[in-house]
Amino acid sequence: MRHVYLDNAATTPVHPEVAEIMQTYMLEHFGNPSSIHAYGRQARQAMETAREHVARLIGADPAEIVFTSGGTEADNYALKGTAWANRDKGNHLITSQIEHHAILHTCEYLEEDGFTTTYLPVDQDGTVDPAAVEAAIKPSTVLVSVMLGNNEIGTIQPIKEIAAIAHRHGVLCHTDAVQAVGNYPVDVGDLGVDLLSLSGHKFYGPKGIGVLYIKKGTRIIPVQHGGGHERGRRAGTENIPGIVGIGKAAEIARAELSERVAHLTTLRNKLIDGIRAKIEHVRLNGHPEQRLPGNVNVSIEYVEGESLLLNLDMKGIAASSGSACTSGSLDPSHVLLAIGLPHEIAHGSLRLTLGHENTAEDIDYVLEVLPEIVGRLRAMSPLAR
Amino acid sequence: MYTEKVMDHFSNPRNVGEITDADGVGQVGNPVCGDIMKISITVDDNRITDIKFKTFGCGAAIATSSMVTEMVKGKTLEEALAVTNRHVADALGGLPPAKLHCSNLAADALHAAIEDYRNKQSEKAD
Repeated sequence: MRHVYLDNAATTPVHPEVAEIMQTYMLEHFGNPSSIHAYGRQARQAMETAREHVARLIGADPAEIVFTSGGTEADNYALKGTAWANRDKGNHLITSQIEHHAILHTCEYLEEDGFTTTYLPVDQDGTVDPAAVEAAIKPSTVLVSVMLGNNEIGTIQPIKEIAAIAHRHGVLCHTDAVQAVGNYPVDVGDLGVDLLSLSGHKFYGPKGIGVLYIKKGTRIIPVQHGGGHERGRRAGTENIPGIVGIGKAAEIARAELSERVAHLTTLRNKLIDGIRAKIEHVRLNGHPEQRLPGNVNVSIEYVEGESLLLNLDMKGIAASSGSACTSGSLDPSHVLLAIGLPHEIAHGSLRLTLGHENTAEDIDYVLEVLPEIVGRLRAMSPLAR
Repeated sequence: MYTEKVMDHFSNPRNVGEITDADGVGQVGNPVCGDIMKISITVDDNRITDIKFKTFGCGAAIATSSMVTEMVKGKTLEEALAVTNRHVADALGGLPPAKLHCSNLAADALHAAIEDYRNKQSEKAD
């Protein structure tokens, strides 16, 4: 049976060159970068090289790169670190309704600690209106955090405009770029953000490693305390295999980026067009153009997401859904509800996220299998006419 | 996550469809929670001689619907009414805990169909 992995927004396979260099830094060069002997010096040097690669990928200075345990920690650090550091200025945060839970649940936590949050709505394409950001800013606002590319529906937000507005009012701007970095051009100087989160395993690096970009001069306090690692910004012995791995993944991503974007965009459009041509009563979720190159998210009416996923899995296709059964709660995905989908349409959502290893033949296979599955489920559905 | 039995009923569901001139029809669930089950029955001499289902829902919803139709086909109405959602789940070798609440309504749909049949019978008697 053919196997087609279309869940690259969940995680990507580690690039063989990444796995190879990581192994070297586990088996041979296993030193602690804080040690002064040769082992330690070697680890430190590898870490600083990795930092340069990550910095270069997003147009930052290496000194602005702080390694974390992943995207979730980077988001926690960005929000808690700036909120607590700027408490004398105010206690108000602005974010959107379609953020990842790493942002939403951190905001909820900060609300228990005396902060308030404005959760901006999005339009039907999932876009935040920059004018709404401006309208939400108060004298007590310390941070605006809006994601760059949405993990479910792929919509790219106008971060450049949002950051400019925030700065005009003396407010910091953070973006969760976990889905974008490595798969879409990201330049912190161009975006104008003060903070940016990214994660290794979304672009062929390992799990357990991420980065928070902190622009020089940004007022932030550490949230994890211990030794003086990462210049006192993030305590804990550095995850050298992970750091070396994300460095290599960043180096490869930078070299292949334009090729990746072109390849993913071609396959994505082929998949969207094919689904629309072959299946009736389908709705594309997310912005038609301003979307991540590898993201396809459709609602297939009269069928439920988990049933779709199980059937696809039986045919060797790995995908995901925003249905209640797959969201881990009784409600379908908060992102799909925020773009105004009724519950029954949200339950029938299917997310297919492409990676650089996917081919046109993979798409042909999905387009052959999916309509048949949908037809079978609809024949079983009391909602179908 | 699902037992082999659940996957068997999910991938080869028994008795899918709708009986055109059914003696009783029952529907439970709603699109908001993501599960709707519709069961139609033919009753002959107090026995369920034919039963079909249509379900919108997850793997557990489809498997439990299929399972309940198999469990009660040929049974008397009293025997069918004694079948509970729990029995259906057990017959499938169990369901993940989260599914016991939201997607385990097949016996309810069956009972609704029987109730519909009985209501129609008493209307006829009147």
